[in-house]
Amino acid sequence: MDSLRFQAKEFAARDQRLTKALLDKPAVAPQRRWVRERFAMALSLSLLAGLASGADWLHFRGSDTSGVSTEAGLPTTWSATENVAWQTALPGRGVSSPIVVGGKVIVTSSSGFRDDKLHVVCVDAGSGQIEWHRQFWATGRSLHHPTSSNAAPSPTSDGRRVYAFFSSNDLVCIDLDGTVRWVRGLTYDFPTAVNDVGMSSSPVVVDDTVIVQVECKGDSFSTGIDAKTGETHWQLPRLKEMNWCSPALMPLGDGRQAVLLQSPDRLTAHDPRTGKELWAHVEACSSIPSATADKNLVLVPAAGLTALRAGASGTPEVLWKENRLAPGNSSPVTHGERVYVINRGGVLVAGNLSDGDVAAQLRLGGSFWATPIVAGDHLYAANEAGVTYVVKLGDKPEIVAKNELGEPVLGTPAVGGGALFIRSDGNLWKIAGGK
Amino acid sequence: MRPTRWILPCCLATSLIAASSVALGAEASSDKLVMAVKAVGHNAQGNAAAAAAVAELSQASVDTLPRLLAAIDDANPLAANLLAGAVEAICDRQLAGGGKLPVAVLEKYVLDTAHQARSRRLAYELLLRVDASAADRLIPGLLNDVGLEFRRDAVARLITAGEADAKAEKADAAKATFAKALTAARDLDQVKLLAEKLKQLGSPIDLPTHFGLVLEWQAIGPFDNTDMKSFDTVYPPEEKVDLTASYPGPPGANGKPTQLRWKPVYSSEDLGLVDLNKGLTKANDVVGYVACQFDSDKEQDVDLRLATVNANKIWLNGKLLAVNEVYHAGNEFDQYVAAGRLKKGPNVILLKILQNKQPETWAQDWSFQFRVCDKIGTAVLAKNRPPRRPATTGEQASAAALR
Repeated sequence: MDSLRFQAKEFAARDQRLTKALLDKPAVAPQRRWVRERFAMALSLSLLAGLASGADWLHFRGSDTSGVSTEAGLPTTWSATENVAWQTALPGRGVSSPIVVGGKVIVTSSSGFRDDKLHVVCVDAGSGQIEWHRQFWATGRSLHHPTSSNAAPSPTSDGRRVYAFFSSNDLVCIDLDGTVRWVRGLTYDFPTAVNDVGMSSSPVVVDDTVIVQVECKGDSFSTGIDAKTGETHWQLPRLKEMNWCSPALMPLGDGRQAVLLQSPDRLTAHDPRTGKELWAHVEACSSIPSATADKNLVLVPAAGLTALRAGASGTPEVLWKENRLAPGNSSPVTHGERVYVINRGGVLVAGNLSDGDVAAQLRLGGSFWATPIVAGDHLYAANEAGVTYVVKLGDKPEIVAKNELGEPVLGTPAVGGGALFIRSDGNLWKIAGGK
Repeated sequence: MRPTRWILPCCLATSLIAASSVALGAEASSDKLVMAVKAVGHNAQGNAAAAAAVAELSQASVDTLPRLLAAIDDANPLAANLLAGAVEAICDRQLAGGGKLPVAVLEKYVLDTAHQARSRRLAYELLLRVDASAADRLIPGLLNDVGLEFRRDAVARLITAGEADAKAEKADAAKATFAKALTAARDLDQVKLLAEKLKQLGSPIDLPTHFGLVLEWQAIGPFDNTDMKSFDTVYPPEEKVDLTASYPGPPGANGKPTQLRWKPVYSSEDLGLVDLNKGLTKANDVVGYVACQFDSDKEQDVDLRLATVNANKIWLNGKLLAVNEVYHAGNEFDQYVAAGRLKKGPNVILLKILQNKQPETWAQDWSFQFRVCDKIGTAVLAKNRPPRRPATTGEQASAAALR
């Protein structure tokens, strides 16, 4: 753990030195400066990539926000007593997803009659012991639908620090050792940035910028916040409508990533650092399930499901639209040549990435808020009742296991170190083989 | 005097002075750090200095806990969170190193009502980490605390005790325990539960009175709110609440001009929901005003608490206290809280409740619930509070709150 922290500091220092060396030159021609900036950014990204271990799951839907893990061989069967390495009771309750950072599992929750006590808990992935637990008082409004929680957005990490966001629009930054770095109250700053149904957009940190969507009927915006200082890099007005979608990452093919922001009236791609809009796809989009990128293919919940071919600029090309691939509350996930969605009826629908044709359907059961994830050839889909369906993917997907924890699960599971981490209403579970 | 006779006392004195200087120096240093944390403000103002200060404070000794806890009292919400983080880090480190937390100091702090409820609660939670018995020892005595979390815990214990009495068929004891709990209870769920239990035991209570819900109003409308454009339109009631006045309204169903007049509306519900679809007219894209006279027996600070799915504004004696331009995004008890000051004698409360034109069935509500209470939710009742009406199917009332 210490060595990881040391590495993180070293990388940070190197990153700073190199970036400074590159950027602190005398004024140069804009083109050369652009090249240098891009080079510095790519270097930063590669250094950060060095920080993010393959065993990490840094954001909602994983380190690349695709919901796909590079790990295979995860358990396919478990129950409250089988293949449970540990179960750790959490303070309060929450519907956010855990993340995994350097052998630590970070999860948020909220408590109190007014649900205005916010918790960030760091659990040792090996033992299940709580390493630290930080509490905050909500500075914004804490009302929400009874199904949800103030701890609906999932935390995010760059491998150095954790950034936890809450429905009350409180954003806190904590070092991996539990030292609180900075706090922002986005409703404290923008008092009508409020949604009494509850906010649930999960932030993502990329390029030293924490990107947060605060979209509602009042002050409605997306913002990029400096990961080190909490200062605002950029802020963009968005449609004044309730929106629960989360930012997603899209690789640009040159080491850089764009961040996708989905609102009820459009999907836009942005430079994470500056907020500069790279392109916009203007169409009525869903306000709950979020877009997913698979290389340069973007799958956005709009008109059912819409596939876009997108790059670093220019209007994206619409490849296909398929109404039968409309996701319910969870977001789409891709595997091989297919996209998978769970519709409002609890049916897993597989579509061809090439043309959107529906290739297979499989009835699961129940209501799904958690986004399905893929690891190896298996898809894991946890329903609200806490039943996780494990589906073997292929030409004809089939259910290979139906695992019950006996507690509600609304957060998307995380994967790390050969284990699955599931957050139920009041517990964090590590599902690992051989236990 | 031999030198050895005064060397020792001198050394001791020097050591004491040095130690106290170090302590004073440490205090001064931590005070500076606390000031840096407290300087944090909107839009990340002061964040860099505050982050450095929190990191340093997080390494401080447990001796600093009372000062850090006290610093939370007058800190802004962001600084309070940063200071709480430092307090927790100090305790984590102390316990991880096999050290102890200053139990007596923390307990004294919990009971010191000169401090704010949130810092006392934090001290209590730290205390619980090392002394689980503190709950039994402290909570029963905090039944009427200004801290709602303490109060809630104490009420929960009384509910458990009352249930045990009821199960043992000690009805009188149960009734007394539930009544005691109800007097202290401020949270909606506990109050509803206790009201139900007392009702079962033959002692029904009046929920609107317990909460301070205002049930009787004068209403006027509908004024036009096409395309939600009238949130800031100043219709005549905003200029003057004159219950004898009438104003031109939108054309009626027959296309002829209408004249709007004030009329009484009321709620007979336990939670005081006033339905303007019934009290005025069922319509979309409309504005309604409701007003009441609230006679206060003294000048006092109060909370005006409104719950509505509609956009709204709140005035007290002509002073605008709250604006909430949000339609159909949740409806919770005490949803909007505005701080105001009642004058002794008659006060006029005016609400503007705006409906839009969303097609969904759940977006047709045009209603509100309103109460007057103190900072912790204790009802503040008007001297001219009318007796509660029995639940009837009648939509109109003959009496008005404005007298």
